[in-house]
Amino acid sequence: MSDDPTHAVFSVRRVQGLVRKEFRQVLRDPSNFAVAVILPALLLFLFGYGVSFDPRHYNVGLVVEQATPQSGSFTAALTNSPFFDATYARDRRVLEPALIAGDLHAIIVLPADFADQAYRSHSAPLQVIVDGSDPNTAILVQGYIELLWVNWLEQESLSRGGAMITPPVTIEHRVWFNQELASRNYLVPGSIAIILTLIGSLLTALVIAREWERGTMEALLATPVNIAELLIGKLAPYFLLGMGSMALSTVLAIVVFDIPLRGSPAILTLVSAVYMLTSLGQGLLISTLTRIQLVAAQVSILAAFLPAFYFSNFVFEGDSMPVALQWVSYLVPARYFVPSLQTIFLTGDVWPIILPNLAALSGIALVFFAITLLRTRTRLD
Amino acid sequence: MTDPLISVAGLGKSFRVGDVPALQNLTFDVHAGEVTGLVGPDGAGKTTLLRLLAGLLDRDAGAVRVCGLDPRNSAQRLHAVLSYMPQKFGLYEDLTVMENLSLYADLREVSGKSRTERFETLLEFTNLHPFTDRLAGALSGGMKQKLGLACSLIRKPRLLLLDEPSVGVDPISRRELWHMVQGLVDDGIGVIWSTAYLDEAELCPRVLVLSEGQKIFDGTPQAMTEPLTGRTFHLTGMKAGRRRALDDLLASPDVIDGVIEGKNLRLVIREGGDSDTLLEAFANTKLVPVRPRFEDAFMDRLGGARTSRSPFRASPDLAKSDRDASIRADKLTKTFGDFVAARDISFEVARGEIYGLIGPNGAGKSTTFKMLCGLLKPTSGHASIAGFDLGQSPSEARGRLGYMAQKFSLYGDLSVRQNLDFFAGVYGLTAEQRGATIRQMISTFDLNELINQNAGTIPLGHRQRLALACAVMHRPNVLFLDEPTSGVDPRTRREFWSHINALADSGTTIIVTTHFMEEAEYCDRVGLIYEGNMIAEGSPAALKAAAGDPGMTLENAFIQLVSASHRDGAAA
Repeated sequence: MSDDPTHAVFSVRRVQGLVRKEFRQVLRDPSNFAVAVILPALLLFLFGYGVSFDPRHYNVGLVVEQATPQSGSFTAALTNSPFFDATYARDRRVLEPALIAGDLHAIIVLPADFADQAYRSHSAPLQVIVDGSDPNTAILVQGYIELLWVNWLEQESLSRGGAMITPPVTIEHRVWFNQELASRNYLVPGSIAIILTLIGSLLTALVIAREWERGTMEALLATPVNIAELLIGKLAPYFLLGMGSMALSTVLAIVVFDIPLRGSPAILTLVSAVYMLTSLGQGLLISTLTRIQLVAAQVSILAAFLPAFYFSNFVFEGDSMPVALQWVSYLVPARYFVPSLQTIFLTGDVWPIILPNLAALSGIALVFFAITLLRTRTRLD
Repeated sequence: MTDPLISVAGLGKSFRVGDVPALQNLTFDVHAGEVTGLVGPDGAGKTTLLRLLAGLLDRDAGAVRVCGLDPRNSAQRLHAVLSYMPQKFGLYEDLTVMENLSLYADLREVSGKSRTERFETLLEFTNLHPFTDRLAGALSGGMKQKLGLACSLIRKPRLLLLDEPSVGVDPISRRELWHMVQGLVDDGIGVIWSTAYLDEAELCPRVLVLSEGQKIFDGTPQAMTEPLTGRTFHLTGMKAGRRRALDDLLASPDVIDGVIEGKNLRLVIREGGDSDTLLEAFANTKLVPVRPRFEDAFMDRLGGARTSRSPFRASPDLAKSDRDASIRADKLTKTFGDFVAARDISFEVARGEIYGLIGPNGAGKSTTFKMLCGLLKPTSGHASIAGFDLGQSPSEARGRLGYMAQKFSLYGDLSVRQNLDFFAGVYGLTAEQRGATIRQMISTFDLNELINQNAGTIPLGHRQRLALACAVMHRPNVLFLDEPTSGVDPRTRREFWSHINALADSGTTIIVTTHFMEEAEYCDRVGLIYEGNMIAEGSPAALKAAAGDPGMTLENAFIQLVSASHRDGAAA
């Protein structure tokens, strides 16, 4: 046996050894499996089934002050609508307590002269009182009632055989890219970003802190291993883990949730890979700041996970945020990734959207890695 | 003589500006082909020195050459020829023995045929062959250290740095480790072995003794112990009251150091001290000269044991009261699945007695200990504390015991005072008692200077003191100490035992586990547990007699008895 030590500056064997070790640990530790496989599935099912910003049933009260054929037909239209559960009364005051208690979202009042006023243009024959305590719901309810009213008018005029009322402009809604306006169509792609953030930042920062806590890092540093090998040894396994998790999520999204993938899988992979690197860079950076697992977890939740959740257009529209927060969002990598994902899934390979985002992601990744390299030392102090 | 493997001149290191330097103006050489013992009290700078030599820390001052390289700017090249085993060796506990070896073989680029051969040699060397598929986390403390050593030896280094490799390792494994390292030295490797066990230091051909970051001795252990010739004695023939007598003797200006050794007291007399007058107080005793040990010399260099009397001595209230403080274990058995961790363990400890539980790693000592203090429910059998059965009246029993865990079990993020406050509250001390008790603990354990520091950041010796303070604050009838002085230097250990002795004399019953056979000598009786069975019980002298030679050390008796039991087990 030769005892002459080699002086290889960079050794593929060392990197292989580290990567193999890391994979063994990942496979052996059920918590890693949970983060890489169970968590994505859970998130997808949660956002796919559990969370929805779509219309649901609204409770409305209908006050018919005087029954006429017209009011009867409007009542029928309301009852048949899939969006409303109606409660009926002859007097508004009967329903008001229910509105105040929050049991009703709105009250529709058909006044006594409803039949007379109904067909006159420029008139407002019916009164709508909406519970404004939840503005989003209020606007939705109002919109649906208006729609119901316009539809009813059209049908009435048709049945009365004439172009009695022809609105000067007709609005025809057509939704592109997400025809059903199903929120899961953009929530599911968005949750892929959350999953990659968790694997890249949280898991990576945790496993490095764990090595410090258990003293294995000190032993590693006393071997001929250098910074580059050490970093690659950590990056490669978690990069692959993240990409595997991404693939799993995509398949689930397409097969289980019927989300279209209109862009090409290659572009999806490319964009995800760049985001994964950004996320890993962030995780490594966090691991240079702390050697304690608990702190690493807290920092990565605060610095990576929550911003990715809030500032990425995933759930909250960036455009409706205060300007200051919009500026903050430019620092959050997920902000560039989620819109790209939504575009690739729902629209296709739209280069004017994808390219700038890709450039921004690469830039952030480079900055993270540069700081990490500068800060990492193969010393204990 | 060839060039030294390590040469250090004027080395200095401070961690924070303004703090006492961790290392000051150190100058020494280390040569290939011998074990250099690095000895010093807790906090002396041993670990810092090893990390500096391994290039894991940078120095502030001085010059260092290790294997002809400067660790500051040639760390990677240095790591190719040096192996360093940190205190808590970086084994991956979720990987198997073989996987750990493979990782280090990859990191040191050992491949092909030489790799297979090397694995074979190392597994042979460490007796780990039967365990290659076992997770490192499931190995005993001794086996972990052997695996750690094997990982450091994947490529034969020129220099091996071992940071307290024998802490928490039983005497048998300790001896095996020592023999392994001896084999390496014969191959020409230079080894630095840092240790808190002074009997190990005595085996080294050369020792480097550090204290508060400074070198206080550099040479052969013989050169260190020789000046003490004629000053070390056994005080024999004492009937009772050894602990009290030791306290009195330590108060004498002529006595530098003293410990209990079975029935005798071992004393170190001051240079030019008058040994004859010492005997006057004790009838029918005599002083028998004994060969000085390294530990005697070490204590002499450090200025001796602390001579202040433990304030626990002055607790006549407890000594007079005749409260029950007995411990009974009746056929305690604990099984985990098919594995019998403890089988039919029975013994009794009387009030004021100190009882030691000893045994190899994984023998069932901790299991027995935990069943006795109610942390683990026995599968069968009973345990009682002060007459209360732990199974039937657990809270009465537990209220009468104090427990000091092996691992630091205080709140590291709370200050020393906050920890004391918290435990005073937990033990139900009334508001009036609380203030007085805490004040007493602070002065007894000399915690005043650190009172506002976080418990996690104070030195190990002080942490142990604080842990003991928290365990005895409510004046328990029975005190459980799980390896209380593991890794603590001899001076702190003596101080610790002055309190334990005083507590015992004032009627507190004490059960202590230890790997440290000299510490077991301080006990009135010891129980030796091996493979779940109590294989021997009695006074240290009785164990030595059972092992066949009353003159042997307790450590040798331990090894003898365990090997005999192992042979019987194999024969049966």
